[in-house]
Amino acid sequence: MSMGELILWGLVKFVCIVLGWVMLVATVLTLMERKQSAAMQNRVGPNRALIFGKKFPLSAFLGQILADALKVLFKEDYEPVNGNKWLHRIAPALGLIPAMLMWLVIPFGPGPPPGVEGHHWFQMADLNVGIIFIFAIASMSVYGATIGAWASNSAFSLLGGLRTAAQMISYEVTLGLSLVGIFMIYGSVQLNDIIWAQGDMAWGIVTQPLAFVLFMVAAVAETKRAPFDLPEAESELAAGYFTEYSSMRFAVFSLGEFIGIVAVAAIAACVFLGGWQIPWVETPLLADGTVDYGWLTVAQVAIFLVKMVFIIWLQMQIRWTLPRFRYDQLMKLGWVYLLPLAIFNLVITALVMYVLR
Amino acid sequence: MLEQILFWLLAGGAILTAAMVVLPPVGRNPLYGALSLILSFFFISGLYVLLVAHVMAVLQVLVYAGAIMVLFIFVIMLLNLSDKELGQSRKTTAQFIGVLAVSAIAVKAIMVVSSATGSKALMAADAGFGTVDGLADLLFRQFLFPFELVSILLLVAVIGAVVLAKRRLT
Repeated sequence: MSMGELILWGLVKFVCIVLGWVMLVATVLTLMERKQSAAMQNRVGPNRALIFGKKFPLSAFLGQILADALKVLFKEDYEPVNGNKWLHRIAPALGLIPAMLMWLVIPFGPGPPPGVEGHHWFQMADLNVGIIFIFAIASMSVYGATIGAWASNSAFSLLGGLRTAAQMISYEVTLGLSLVGIFMIYGSVQLNDIIWAQGDMAWGIVTQPLAFVLFMVAAVAETKRAPFDLPEAESELAAGYFTEYSSMRFAVFSLGEFIGIVAVAAIAACVFLGGWQIPWVETPLLADGTVDYGWLTVAQVAIFLVKMVFIIWLQMQIRWTLPRFRYDQLMKLGWVYLLPLAIFNLVITALVMYVLR
Repeated sequence: MLEQILFWLLAGGAILTAAMVVLPPVGRNPLYGALSLILSFFFISGLYVLLVAHVMAVLQVLVYAGAIMVLFIFVIMLLNLSDKELGQSRKTTAQFIGVLAVSAIAVKAIMVVSSATGSKALMAADAGFGTVDGLADLLFRQFLFPFELVSILLLVAVIGAVVLAKRRLT
């Protein structure tokens, strides 16, 4: 494939995946979040914005999403007087861009099996560094929140920004270390290879149950959700790092956050739940070793999306069940419990692999 | 041709942003200095990509831009110095020595690069160069002993940092 074709297909895939699917899920999530919280707190939730009356079954959903979007678009875009204007303006973009870039290496469906040359149709870029790229990009997402907080010139924002920086740094270590065991077992850092290997062997959640728990805890902390939502703790810090944001800039911040949640769910589905693998179903191969695409591929993409939605649901369930940690508890959990557990998991995995070899 | 253009853009960007870290209009404010240092790391990471060292490029972003610089920014934000506390910028002898040292290194580097002879065949990378497998092979097979030595050195540094941080101030 020539350079031009590669770039063209990359762009087509970017539009399909990020704008067509990720943005869609993130938008629906903004409503689902409120509906779920209402269900868990025995309330009805948003039910006033209806389009076409009540005739249409999804009218409450669509109406609320449209109303939310229109509201943020038409609100006044307020800028703090003594803050730093330019940094304040670019900070939401700094939060959104990394969240979108993470999707570059996430495979939505079967690609060529490991060791076989071929084009991966369901992944934007088949990078050799695979998931390390995701970690590198995810570590960038902290700047949007911290810089935005600093540029706001408000004590609430600054405290929120400081908490974000400290929290992200602390839980990034566990997030990375919890996946090293997976890399050792499946012998690759590329998500495509890891998923293929999960078809031959058990899913990651079976081979690495402790890593799954560690990853989920660290992932919730990385996406700054309750019980780890100290950076935006509304009862202490007004709204934390985005106190001074309004209108579309606020929406871009929360869109970036929601896309991050979907991305983390996609990674967890790929690494621990077998990605697009359907249990006991072999992926048909052509004579040259590449995948025979057909109706089964559609089912595989669908099952991947189902797994992803399941992880998102799990995250939401955690968010509305547990109360917020105190700050010292947060740091203690990260450094005293999770990190040693991740290293312990690594050592045990290495020992078991050495014995079984 | 495209590679040449990209190289000059990335190299120029890296040097420009690195200079902005210390030079007055931007470097006056520590936070702007730190931000331009992050930009500089991104340009250097791009240079690694041009050199086909993909793992190095990603690690550059992950470790330097993603972890170390977050700590820098954290400390700068924690201190939150006002213009008054930062004081007037002044020329010191250390700055003068620094400029001298940098120019000496630059001249030496230009001399070494321009005197280097060798065909392009010698410079061709092996298959698998710069990939995760290639890097792992270098670190854990070819250069295992130096790698372990560096690990121990880092461990000593970590323990030293913990000991210093735990010391009771009397």
